[in-house]
Amino acid sequence: MPRWLAHVVVLLVVAAAIAAAFLRVGYAWNWSAVWEYRGKLLQGWLVTVVLSLAALVASTAIGCVTAFMLRSKRPLVEAAARVYVELIRGTPLLVQLLIGFYVVATAVGLENRFVVGVLLLALFSGAYMAEIFRGGLDAIPKTQLDSARAIGLTPWQSLRLVVLPQAVRIVLPSIAGQLVSLIKDSSLLSVIAISEFTLAAQEVNSFTYSTLESYLPLAAGYLLLTLPLSALSRWLEHRFRYET
Amino acid sequence: MNLRITDLTQRFDSTTVLDRLELSTGEIGALVLVGPSGGGKSTLLRILAGLDVPTAGSVVFDGAALPRDEPGLRRYRRTVGTVFQAYNLFPHLTAMDNLLLPLVHVHGLTREAALERVRGPLERFGLAEHVHKRPAELSGGQKQRIAILRALVVQPSRLFLDEPTSALDPEMRGEVLDMIRELREAGTQFVLVTHEMGFARHVADDVAFIADGHVVAHGAAADFFDRPTDPRVRGFLERTLSA
Repeated sequence: MPRWLAHVVVLLVVAAAIAAAFLRVGYAWNWSAVWEYRGKLLQGWLVTVVLSLAALVASTAIGCVTAFMLRSKRPLVEAAARVYVELIRGTPLLVQLLIGFYVVATAVGLENRFVVGVLLLALFSGAYMAEIFRGGLDAIPKTQLDSARAIGLTPWQSLRLVVLPQAVRIVLPSIAGQLVSLIKDSSLLSVIAISEFTLAAQEVNSFTYSTLESYLPLAAGYLLLTLPLSALSRWLEHRFRYET
Repeated sequence: MNLRITDLTQRFDSTTVLDRLELSTGEIGALVLVGPSGGGKSTLLRILAGLDVPTAGSVVFDGAALPRDEPGLRRYRRTVGTVFQAYNLFPHLTAMDNLLLPLVHVHGLTREAALERVRGPLERFGLAEHVHKRPAELSGGQKQRIAILRALVVQPSRLFLDEPTSALDPEMRGEVLDMIRELREAGTQFVLVTHEMGFARHVADDVAFIADGHVVAHGAAADFFDRPTDPRVRGFLERTLSA
């Protein structure tokens, strides 16, 4: 059986099972009420796209810098990075968002919800990225650095020409997974009243009392973002593949 | 080349690997370092190749002392070539790109000039048909020959070879040793660490026996192998040659 056909078959089975479940509970669909608010949902989706993209870029940058800090020989630099990573990874995003927005951002006079939301999300995801990048860098054998030095490369050249191309291949699948998580985690920004996709769905639900009709498009909207990302990651992985 | 090592000490934490080592050669083409494992041969070679800075002491090649600062050492490393026991090549690059990398990024050649530079040597050593393979697709012997070629095409003043055949199957050892022998005959100068005593005798001008961080014996290859005076060298040769 070709791979695509297998995917289609599995999808159909899952869809049938879900449909059967809905039939069994005899859910009374009311799509027309939600259809009225399609513009709101679309707008929320677009906000989610933009803030995910911004947080994605920022968290990658934060993760890169922090990964190098984690490997630093200076105790203070390493400690700063380690404390950041463990605090972020060990506490719920919800708490970080509430403290970050209502306390920290207010204290420093940062009022733009959108900017604060992107920053908090990027800081959250950056901590995970940092550990992924660090793992990738650690996986490059020391002999590679010796070879790079032996042919006379500068530290920057050996990073750019030898270490990073190999590390990228190692971390790519994990990074893609982290980006998928980031997109879904952006839904929590609804708690600081950023009018993104999830908040839009919540509002539509409270206007229409059509809970599932509001939230099913939400699931579809997130899949629309995360599935291409997974596909892109698989393609990149294939492109960078080589035996070691 | 002419080498003068004075009072060379290398310590890692509390372990002394090289202990006030002294070695002076005349004008020679090939120096081979032999001795028991853990005796300090590879540590010495890394210092000679400009990869590590010794704790104390000095190394003078052809009248020029090795620098101790990293920028100076980097300039020095660009004038020599080094080949390790294994994992020399960059696995994400083809053999050809491994060869071109130092030429283009360190020595400033255009890609075309670099391609022109490597073509002859690739033909000469029978590696031209393998250049588009990644290291994982090459045999161990081919990998080491490409690594030697990569060190060679930058036209270094000398090569440092650290047990270049130790990680290879016996049949692949031969092709790498043949290549080194050919280079020797063409006048390439090198310092070689090896356990291949027969080969050492064949290519070396001078042989130094290194154990416990000292040069226990040093002399012309023929004297070293045929008339060893030091009992430790004699014992070592008996063990390795009978093996």
